[in-house]
Amino acid sequence: MAKWAMAIDLDRCTGCGACMAACKMENNVPIVEPDEALQGRVMHWMDMITEYGGDYPGIEIKRMPKPCFHCDNPPCTRVCPVGATYRNEEGLVAQVYHRCIGCRYCMVACPFTAKVFNWKDPAWIEGASTCFNPDVSRRMVGVVEKCTFCSHRLMKVKETADEEDRPINDGEYVPACAEICPADAIYFGDIEDKGSSVYKMSGDYRASRVMEDLGVEPKVYYLVKRTR
Amino acid sequence: MTEKHLPYENDLDAALYRPIYHTGRGYYLSLAVLVAVIVWALYMYVTQLRSGLGVTGMAQPITWGFYIVNFVFFIGISHAGTLISAILRLSKAEWRRPITRMAEVITAIVLAIGGLHPILDLGRPDRMFSLLESGRLQSPLLWDVTSITAYFTASTVYLYIPMIPDIARLRDQGGKLTWMYTFMAWGWTGTEHQKRVLNRAINLLMVMVIPIAVSVHTVISYIFSMTLQPGWHSTIFGPYFVVGAIFSGIAALLIVMIIFRKAFRLEAYLKVIHLQYLSMLLLIMSIVWFYFTFSEYLTGVFGDEPHEMEIIMYKFTGPFAFFFWGMVVCNFVIPMVLLSFKRFKTIAGILIASIAVVIGMWLERLIIVVPSLANPRMHVPMGIYIPSMTEWALFAGGIAVFILGYMVFAKLFPLISIWEIEEGRKEGLKEVEERIHSYLPSTTNPA
Repeated sequence: MAKWAMAIDLDRCTGCGACMAACKMENNVPIVEPDEALQGRVMHWMDMITEYGGDYPGIEIKRMPKPCFHCDNPPCTRVCPVGATYRNEEGLVAQVYHRCIGCRYCMVACPFTAKVFNWKDPAWIEGASTCFNPDVSRRMVGVVEKCTFCSHRLMKVKETADEEDRPINDGEYVPACAEICPADAIYFGDIEDKGSSVYKMSGDYRASRVMEDLGVEPKVYYLVKRTR
Repeated sequence: MTEKHLPYENDLDAALYRPIYHTGRGYYLSLAVLVAVIVWALYMYVTQLRSGLGVTGMAQPITWGFYIVNFVFFIGISHAGTLISAILRLSKAEWRRPITRMAEVITAIVLAIGGLHPILDLGRPDRMFSLLESGRLQSPLLWDVTSITAYFTASTVYLYIPMIPDIARLRDQGGKLTWMYTFMAWGWTGTEHQKRVLNRAINLLMVMVIPIAVSVHTVISYIFSMTLQPGWHSTIFGPYFVVGAIFSGIAALLIVMIIFRKAFRLEAYLKVIHLQYLSMLLLIMSIVWFYFTFSEYLTGVFGDEPHEMEIIMYKFTGPFAFFFWGMVVCNFVIPMVLLSFKRFKTIAGILIASIAVVIGMWLERLIIVVPSLANPRMHVPMGIYIPSMTEWALFAGGIAVFILGYMVFAKLFPLISIWEIEEGRKEGLKEVEERIHSYLPSTTNPA
């Protein structure tokens, strides 16, 4: 069984934010009013963590794209009272919008703050609301949503692969963020497949995962040159 | 109405019946104010239902706010009643007689209010029945649903059963609502057999109710402590929450007792001695609470784990410093000073200490819920939580429903158990004397 994972090469990442934009368009993620966004209700499935360091003029900016880590031992699915979030056998942590009761316990339990909530009726800017991605269902007010690793793309790829009676090739199924990345910093694939690029990257000497000591086994690897 | 004389007026305990048949102007006035507050809260809730949780002050990363704080707070208050009454009954404390019912009523009403709070917090309250249809028992939230339902059932039964003889008395008065009292009295006539069954039932219930009550607040703490969040992931949380719950419960009970003794002129029954005994219990709980708080924070500070320290400093010196130190003053300093010295242990002193404790315990719930959420492990932008008008309205509404419920109860049933007072007068005295004799070395037969 495949196990989908991601590796992000932070030494390549320019922090341009194309992944965030692509994700928003791909997944019909609602656009929040500016004042609401400032209040902390912005909705990103692919988020960008920015840390500032150093003193002027030598300011250092570290940017780190952050999708859902699709943990192998997810703390969020464990607390859900209705089974609206679960981990499937391919390692994807899914969210069932029509089952979610909106208690936000999963958001509270996630150590990575990966989930977002529909505080209001979802809205889109003019124009965007006429060109939704038909493959992704839109969410309703009061439910939790998050990055799915663009699992709708996997379904399409699976169908073609099944028709042609062959396994899915490496690079055939990639989420929108990996596809758009102008710096080719995002690798995606089946980590069980020893020939895949993501398998190779995850074994790189630069690779590590966020808060590995928590034991939640995230499946997103970050590659960064160690400074010490 | 007043022309018709009811038999109770010749009763020794006429003062206990009087509030049921006589209603003053103050009662209607407070009723009007409370109903106004409740209508306001309802209006705000309907607004929230229509437009979603966006009308609250919650956002990311602080995704839980007042509703969860008040949930924990109200459920905590509900521990006043049944648990304290069961412990007092079990330990045969004779001074319990005028207190138990007042305590049990608090539980029944506040538990209903507190138990509904998670529903206020749901993004999709229309789907709340999924909890029953397809609930996952592995989730701590389901443990809560289970234990709160059990506690509500047990405590309402525990309130109702000892009330049956009194309801029968009201039925025999022949005043208002005789049909209801007849139905609720279940044909009580006070035969020896009935008394035996009643006592068996009370004894069984009070033993059952104690573990259920303890489980309720333990399980509520599990909602927090089962997650990996720093500041929450602590084994002390279960007992810490139970202690806090009993602590705030006693304080709430004292406030209610002092107010209703004044309003319904029950000074002859709720004497200063009752308040002082109960306030002694409050003082003990204050010390126990301090001990738990001290242990919890010392472990965090001594361990000096970075994530843990971020949250502790957020409480000690950060944006929550005012609330944190306010909590320490309200929960420890004020009760310690007011309740340790005889000079301050007047009714006014006890009332001030109790109000301080209720405020302090609410602050404790606030500083447990919010700071941990405000400092997530991942360094995402921190949030500030400012509750919106909707949340304040529903908070006020919750308190108003409590007072209203208590007032309505007091119009229908005696707040002080009449038959238990009578029993104390007739049998209690003799029984206690015999009991004390049994404690002492026998004078006739040295063993």
